[in-house]
Order: sequence, then C-alpha cells, then structure tokens
Amino acid sequence: MDDEKTATPTTLVMGPVMFHWTPDDWRDFYFRVADEADVDVVCVGEVVCSKRSPFIAAHLPEVIERLRAADKQVILSTLALIMNSREMQSVRDAAAIDDPGILIEANDISAAALLRGRPHTIGPFVNVYNEATLAYLAANGATSVCLPVEMSLQALAALAKDSPAALEVLVFGRLPLAISARCYHARAHGLHKDGCQYVCAEDPDGLAVETLDGEPFLAVNGVQTLSHAYADLSGWLSELLDHGIRRLRLSPHAGIDMVMVAETFRSLADGTIEPAEAHARIAAGLGDAAFCNGYISDDVGCAYG
Amino acid sequence: MSQLELVCPAGTPAALRAAVDNGADAVYLGFRDATNARNFPGLNFSRPELQQSLAYAHQADCKIFLAINTFPKAGEPEPWRQAIDDGATLGVDALIIADIGLLDYASRKHPDLRRHLSVQAAASNPDAISFYQEAFDVKRVVLPRVLSLAEIAALNKEITVETEVFVFGGLCVMAEGRCALSSYVTGQSPNTNGACSPACAVRYQEDADGRMVSKLGGFTINAFEANEAAGYPTLCKGRFVAGGKTSYLFEDPVSLNAASILGELAAAGVTGLKIEGRQRGKAYIAEVVSSFRQAVDSMADGAPVETDLTGITEGQRKTAGAYQKTWR
Repeated sequence: MDDEKTATPTTLVMGPVMFHWTPDDWRDFYFRVADEADVDVVCVGEVVCSKRSPFIAAHLPEVIERLRAADKQVILSTLALIMNSREMQSVRDAAAIDDPGILIEANDISAAALLRGRPHTIGPFVNVYNEATLAYLAANGATSVCLPVEMSLQALAALAKDSPAALEVLVFGRLPLAISARCYHARAHGLHKDGCQYVCAEDPDGLAVETLDGEPFLAVNGVQTLSHAYADLSGWLSELLDHGIRRLRLSPHAGIDMVMVAETFRSLADGTIEPAEAHARIAAGLGDAAFCNGYISDDVGCAYG
Repeated sequence: MSQLELVCPAGTPAALRAAVDNGADAVYLGFRDATNARNFPGLNFSRPELQQSLAYAHQADCKIFLAINTFPKAGEPEPWRQAIDDGATLGVDALIIADIGLLDYASRKHPDLRRHLSVQAAASNPDAISFYQEAFDVKRVVLPRVLSLAEIAALNKEITVETEVFVFGGLCVMAEGRCALSSYVTGQSPNTNGACSPACAVRYQEDADGRMVSKLGGFTINAFEANEAAGYPTLCKGRFVAGGKTSYLFEDPVSLNAASILGELAAAGVTGLKIEGRQRGKAYIAEVVSSFRQAVDSMADGAPVETDLTGITEGQRKTAGAYQKTWR
C-alpha cells in the first residue's frame, strides 16, 4: 500500500438493522454502538418492511441523539421497496428532513430523485453496476454508494477508478439477496401479510431455510430473503483498500457481538492483525456459522475461499 | 378507452413470425448476448435476423421492441452501447432498458428513439416512474409484477407515461431486478448475465427412494415422486424446509394468466399487455398470441372474454396472481 492510499482513512459503516427486533433491543443495540463501537457512520431506519416502522419510530430521536453525541455520522436509511402511497409518503417525509447532521440513504430510485441536488447516500438496493450509472447518481448528489452484493473485484476495481463518489462494500453479514411484495415469514406461518402478527420478530437473524435434504440454504426476513451464509470479506480487505474502496459496511446481526466485528475490521484495516486472525475472531463469535465471499472472486455467491 | 396493445415475446425468427401472424401489435426480443434478460443458449437474434424480422413485422404493421435490459458490467460498457446503436440503425420501434447509465446514453445519442423502462428497473411507485420520465423521457413503463390491480389503478392516476403489465406466462415472485438468488448458487443472475437459474447449473438425479431430485448449483430445489411431473428448478419455485415444515416457501408452481381481468386492467389505465416467454417455441407463441388477440378484440367489441390456456401453463395451474393478491 502506498502513502497516498494509507493517508485516506478507512470508514466503517454500521448498516441498518434489517430484522424486526423488539423496540427495546433495537434501541439498546444502537446505544451500545454509540457508546462502544469503533465505527464512523451508523445507519438507522427501516429498510425492509414498512409495517415495522412504527415500532422504531418512538426510539428513533433518542437513538439519533445518542449517536450524534458520540460523534457518529448518522444516516437515515429508507425503504427498499415502495408500493403504496403510505410507503411513498414515508420516503417523501425522510427526504424532506432538513438537518445537515443527518444524511438520507436512498434504497429506491424514487428517494434519490427526491434528494436531487443535495448530498445523500445510495444504499445497496439501488442497482449501481457500472460507471455511467455511478456518474449519473453522483451528479445527482450522491456522496457515497453502497454497491449491490453481486460485484466481483474486477468490477469493483473498474468502478473505483476515478469514482466520483465514495464506494462502499458490504463486508460482513448475511447477504440481502431478494425483496418481494410478499411476506414469506407470514406465509411460512400460514398467515396473510395483512394479518402477519409480526411473526418475523421470532427470528432476530432471519428464519432458517433448508433444502429438502437438510442443507442450510437461505434466511427469510419478512419480505426479504438473505443468504444463510454470512459474508466475510476480511480476506479481501487489502485488495479493496488497494483499489481505493475505503467504506466498509457491517450488517447488524443479533447472534454476534457487532462491537467485536467492528473492532476486528478496524484492526485489520489498520494492519494490526492479519486476515486469518480477523476471520478466526469473527468465526469464533458466530459459533458454527457458514461463511461466503464468492461474489468478489467472480464465483457463485455462496462460495467461500 | 383506447384499444389495449398486445406485446408478445420472440426468442427466434420463427417465433417472431408466429407472433406477427397471430395478431401481435408489438414483438419484443433481444440480441444473442448478455445484453438482454433472457440470455439462454440457442435463443435471440443476430443483427441480420433482426433486420429481416423488422421487415416482416413492419409490413404487417407490427412494432418491434428491442430489450437491452441487463445492467452493463463495470469496465465493459461497449456491448450494451453497441446494441443500442445497432437497434437504432436497424430501425426498431422502441428500446426496453433498465440501467440508468444506459438510459442516459440512449437518450443523448438517440433522443428520437422511443424508450421503454424495463420491468428489471423495478419502478413500483410514482416518484420512481416520474424520475425516469423526467430524466430520460421514457414513454412507457413495464410495471413490476409485485403490484396489485388496485395499486396499478392508483399509480396510473399519478403518472403520465404509458404502463405495460404482464398478463401471461412465468411469474417472478421477487421484485424484478432486485434478486440475486440465482447468482448466489449459480454465479449467473438476470441483472448481470441475463439468466435466472440457468440450465448449465441444473442437475436431475434419482434418489434412493426413487424420487427425481432437481438441483441448482448443487442445492436441492425440489424432489418429485414417480407419479409427479418433475418441474424445472427455478430457485424461487422450489420446495424448502422452514420452521419444521416442508412447502413451496416462496411460490407454488403456478404461472400467470390475467385473461380474466383484461377489462379491469384496461379500466386501471394500462396501455400494453405483455406476454412472457421469449424462451418458448413457435407453437406455444402462436397459441397464446391468438388467444389473447381474440380476447382483446372480444373485449373491444363488448363481447365476453373466453380463453382457455390451461394446457400450456407451467405446472398446469394458472392464476391472476399478484394482481389479486390472494396471499394478502
């Protein structure tokens, strides 16, 4: 790594909680992030299901206040799939927030359109696969872009070359693979979406989905489908940094100490621990979890190597 | 109420002729490469084939829409831009595009060539659609299959571009353009390669109990008893185990048939009716297109709409699907 590259600090981003945690657990998680986690940026807000938004709304102001008091850059993440006027209004309301201390993250192009001309961020649910789209969104006001999960290192390198916005990559957590209008949590419980009874709350890291022969495969989180395996790009961090990708997103999970995950990636980025040590710490924190990092080596996404 | 436009698929010149001969108002197709979202071996059109097909369609007053609806790879924009330029030179009637950078290119380079927004752009709300209209002068939006009839009607009241909806064929249960399930296990996805659950990653094998097991990328997607028809292992149409129960977790093996609600779709302000199936043969195309031609004409004449396409739907079952949101 040359001096110019090391001069730009690595930015650790705590992504939004994608699961339906109890309001108290949700608040306490962010309080702890504010107090203890070595991250620079923290995303709050409901991204997956608009029915969950009221549950966190009550705690949102105090969480934002605590994070700002701890000198974290706060990002308010918005919904990925917007299908009705109530959801549309919630995004319009978020886009209307006029507070220089809060950046809004667009996870649908409608939000980026509403934020035109103002600094904002693009989340991983907007399809930014190439330089032309990146340039368009940067000109629209995006200061950072968290890329989709399906990116190879080669594609990341091409995007990072002369990038007009800071690029961000999800380096830890189950991969968000799909989103739907339908709720698979409700469906798995024999319920309709409108009467879902919030059964997704039973699975704070998602409902395990196995194949017919018992192989762990996916995780259902309401309308979202995630990978069963946890992405861990600690082994690829030096390549990402070499290409100038310096924003690293950690996706929160209940089953692992996210303060430890942040500390591990910080130590790795600072060069105080080796990749093998970083992965060993994360694996120890997760028990017998499976890992993946296939997309970055242009392999199947579920591969790990 | 203006007459609905019937937009039909073609994966080969023979299928295109079948669609034109049976009354398609427009045919959509793609080039034989990763620039289109149905990039299957043996499918799609070379440049000379498109040229001949344009002549055939245009003499029958049928339009051709060219789908360039995958997302260009970083560092390799050329095949996608070339596809747009070639479509413009050959004289297609519209381009179907999903990627923002590509829409930007097409609107600058060929401002007079009509642009439609692909379903792969997943524009599911008025602000998203207005963005594409204002930024790239998109004239029509193919709506995601996640929307219900009521949501389509409400949406059409808030926007001024034409809308096109799927009425028949395979169903995506996930938001289109926002699904990487296929690449997670096969390395190929609709967004990047133009292929979902590609055949090269499919294996069928008999297990010890005599069941036919279908696999995708090494993962078991389904298993069929000897008396069951073994379906293709499209990932989201498989049987899985969750919470101790085995089920079609994401979607039953049904396909879409909205023939029974054409009147409601027209009343909801829809312009185009889209039939899925660029991977289908010419006999299938001929049958489906002629049935829908009849249905649309009957409706325009105020006659009752009757279509019976049960025999050719996937898994032998059909549904008006998301439009009625029975799962709500």
